[in-house]
Formats: sequence, structure tokens, C-alpha cells
Amino acid sequence: MTAIVVVSAGLGVPSSTRLLADRLAATTAETIVDVDVVNVELRDVAHELTDHLLTGFPSPTLAVALDAVRRADGLIVVTPVFSASYSGLFKTFFDVLEAGTLDGTPVLVAATGGTARHSLVLEHALRPLFSYLHAVVVPTGVFAATEDFGTTGLDARIARAVGELAALLGTSVSAAVGHPGRRTVHDEFAAPTPFELLLQQVGAT
Amino acid sequence: MQIGIFTVGDVTTDPTTGRTPTENERIKATVTIAKKAEEVGLDVFATGEHHNPPFVASNPTATLAYIGAQTERIILSTATTLITTTDPVLIAEDYAKVQHLLDGRVDLMMGRGNTGPVYPWFGKDIRDGIPLAIENYALLRRLWREDVVSWKGTYRTPLQGYTSTPRPLDGIAPFVWHGSIRSPEIAEQAAYYGDGFFHNHIFWPISHTRQMVDQYRRRFEHYGHGPADTAIVGLGGQFFMRKNSQAAVKEFRPYFDNAPVYGHGPSLEDFMQQTPLTVGSPQQVLERTLGFRDHAGHYQRQLFLLDHAGLPLKTVLEQLDLLGEILPEMRKGFAQGRPPHIPDAPTHATLVAAAGGGKDATVYVAADDVTGHRAEEQLGQVQA
Repeated sequence: MTAIVVVSAGLGVPSSTRLLADRLAATTAETIVDVDVVNVELRDVAHELTDHLLTGFPSPTLAVALDAVRRADGLIVVTPVFSASYSGLFKTFFDVLEAGTLDGTPVLVAATGGTARHSLVLEHALRPLFSYLHAVVVPTGVFAATEDFGTTGLDARIARAVGELAALLGTSVSAAVGHPGRRTVHDEFAAPTPFELLLQQVGAT
Repeated sequence: MQIGIFTVGDVTTDPTTGRTPTENERIKATVTIAKKAEEVGLDVFATGEHHNPPFVASNPTATLAYIGAQTERIILSTATTLITTTDPVLIAEDYAKVQHLLDGRVDLMMGRGNTGPVYPWFGKDIRDGIPLAIENYALLRRLWREDVVSWKGTYRTPLQGYTSTPRPLDGIAPFVWHGSIRSPEIAEQAAYYGDGFFHNHIFWPISHTRQMVDQYRRRFEHYGHGPADTAIVGLGGQFFMRKNSQAAVKEFRPYFDNAPVYGHGPSLEDFMQQTPLTVGSPQQVLERTLGFRDHAGHYQRQLFLLDHAGLPLKTVLEQLDLLGEILPEMRKGFAQGRPPHIPDAPTHATLVAAAGGGKDATVYVAADDVTGHRAEEQLGQVQA
């Protein structure tokens, strides 16, 4: 059994951050064989996180969330972009994690924002944070701007990121999903994508 | 079972009046509180040590000696003595001196101090906290146990043929506790030497205290000092009581809400549930305190923190009166179900007895009173 914890820091109900987290969680459940996906919603422990900063110990509810992260084989972390970075709530959760908790843990980073112009937040904010925490960050990060929720590209990026997470975890991948890696020129020469599929991918019928 | 109080010597504004005591008032109040502790029948008074505002707890030995001169029976201790930033050579001298002045009515609790900027003021670095505690205490033990010490370490200047004076009273070093909230290395240190282990047991959940105490007990047995349940354990605690619990909660809440450590954080109710803090009737305080044994096992010393968060002296003295009233019940409760093989905390008298009696440990050196030169050295000079 592979344990994956999805940490999401959205504030609205429902939030686009949670929507993205749920899509990542669903794809993970479909892709990785024998997986247990648990969601940790930081809004629910927002008060407890502040208390932890002040008292130095977690409330029982927060202790459950921290313990889930400590035991996880891999993490999927999703934050809204606030003022050009991850949100304070998101950062606080990782501030109170015991040092060493994420050593060597594969982490898939994801974020949501109003526009795609924020997408590099994954590279200049999340990736350095998790590098500092000695996690192994999945090469593909997933950023969803508002308009991405109306297009099909997001699914492909989610599938690819989850595929990379599975590879880092060394877990078996569901045969039905297959390994969603990028096709190279060599792949095309070896086995051309049938033209009907190319037509289908552009939405032509 | 020893029951007492400890103070950290904080100068805190009373949130209900907006008034902050002066240093002089706080220092004098500390003495008044200690004398009151003896008066209501408590066994121990311990003072903290801090070298920065808002604390007045510097120079603990002067405070303890001054209190000792005005009390008869109560054991004076520290909570804690900074083994990291204080030169162990000075600790050896200072507490041996207090031991003599108070006829052995003193012990110590070692602690590291958690304020980063304080360390460099004493030429140290908080990142070396654990190694400092280990090296300094190892030296301190030798200074009390060996008349002449030659020593070399990492953190202080070497010693050659050094004799710490005065020698400990009756040749017996003061008993030492090691206090730590969350460092397993300190529980290990206490276990290694067969010293006492104290958990402050105030700010964190009791499950955490239990983890630290269990570790200490296991390792105490491992190092051959006796069965785990005979290890010497002390716990902190915190309460505020009034005759009825609603009155206690109403009066204490503003102090809790604005307290320097946990104020503006969790609610009083959450904190009471999650930590050993008890705000309520004397009966509630009694029951909660006796419940500590369920987590830590039968233990030897219970110290409460009463004078903090800006509580006025008058209120603190009332708390001591109330504690005095439930003290007989508390003692009876602690004695209940306590197996006969569980030891009490060592005192100077029991340590002397265990050593087969006291002996004067004075080291006499035949040397000139003024210059410190020895006769044979002078002889050598004359002959040359």
C-alpha cells in the first residue's frame, strides 16, 4: 500500500485549489496501484496552526494531520498564489513540521492563480522550499490558472506529473492508464501516432 | 514525595490593571513567596536563572542564600541553572558555598536556556547547546568529586591541578536534576549519571512528558542504577484555584489570554485540555495533580509555577494558602498505592548516609597566605 497525502491550502469553499487537489488525488488513485490517498485541508486547522506557532505543540487534530504527512510515502501539495508566492497558511504548515520529516520524500508541487502569469511560482517559490526540506520534487509541477479549468491541457499535465510521482515512488502503474510520459521523436518513428488520434486530440470529428 | 514551587522571575504587566512591577518589587516578592512556601508546609522552592529582560532571575545563588538565611526547613533549588552559558568552575564554587551556608539544604536543576542571543553574551553559541551541557556538566561533576582536577575540553580554558573551593559540604556533591522539555539527549544524560530528571510539564501535552520520562526511566535501568521505576523523576505543573471553579476561570482568564508564553494562542479551555494547566477548585487541582502519576509513574518531586503572567503578589500568596490547605490531601494521595521500594528524592542527609557518613573535605595547602607560593618553591629559590 502506498500512502499519498494531498495537502491543500485553499481558503474558499469550494476553492479552485481544492478542485485542483481533488483532480490530482483522483488521477493518483487511478494511476498508482494499491494506493491510499488522504486529503489534509489546511483551512480546517488554520487556528491550530497559529496555536502551534505560539505554544510549540500541535493540537490533537493538527497532530493527526502532521502524523499523516510524516507517514506518507509521497505528498501532493497545492497552494493558491498569494502576493507572488505560496500562501502564509501553506507555509505555516511546513514551518511546524519537525525537521527531517520530508527527507527523501517525493513531492508533487501544484498551485492555482488568477492568471497563468503566476505559473513560475512553482519554480521560484515551491521548488526551493521543498528542496530546502530535502524532499525530492517531481520534475513537472502543475499550475492551474482560472482558464485552465475550462480547457483540456490541465488533465495532461496532471497525468504527467502523477506519472513522474509514481516513477519516483517506484510503484506499479495501472495498466489501463499506462505510463503518461512525454512521447519523443524516436517514439514517433518507432510507432507513429495514428492520424485518427491526432484528429481526435485537436477536437476534430 | 517533595512538593514545592518554582519561579522563573518574569517581570510581567498585570493585564487587569496595566501595572508592571519594578525589578525591586519583583525581587522582594520572590523572597516573600519563598518564605510563604515554607510557611504553608511546602518542601522545595526553586528559582530560575535568566540574564535578559523581562527577568530578574540573574544571580540565583545570592537569592537562594538570602532566602536560606530566613527559612529553616525548605529545600532551595534552581529551575534551572544554565549549564551551557555559566562556567562550570563558577557553578562548582557557588553551589558548594551555598551548600555550606545552608547546611546542605540545596540542590540544582541543570537546564540549557532557549534564548539564542543570550549565548554570545557569554561567549557561547546556542547551536552547541547539547555539547555544552554535556561537557560542562562532566567537568562540574569532577570538580565536586575530585580534590585536584586537570582537565581539557572544547569550550573553556584547560585546568591544571585545579582545586575548586570550598569543597562540597561533608564531601558530598549537591544532588542534581536535569531539566529538558524535548531533548532526549538530556534524559539520556540524567540516566547515565543516575541523576534526577525533571520535566517542566507545563507547556506541552502530558503524552510528551510521558515519552521523555519513559526514556529516562528505561535508560536509568540500562545504565545499572536500578529498576526503571526507582529512577528519580520530577514534574512541573501549573494551576490557579479558587473555592469554586467558575471564579477561578473568570479571574485567571485575562492572565492566561495575555501570558507571555502562550497568550493570544489557544483558548484557556483548549490549553487546559491539552496541557497539565488546571484552573478550578482545590478539588480539581488535587485530582489532576494526583493523575500525573498515571503518565509518569510514581515520582519524587512536584513543583508548581504560581507567580507568573503578571499575577499580583497578593494573589500568588492566596494561591499558596490554598495549596497549603490541600497539601495534606495531596501528600496522602501521592502515598496511596506507592510501592515501598520507590525511593524519595535524595537530600543532603540521605546522600551523606548512603556514603557511610560525612567527612570534612577541606583541602589544606601549605602555601603563603598572600602570595600563594609553597614553602618548597621558596626553598628552591633560596638555594638557587
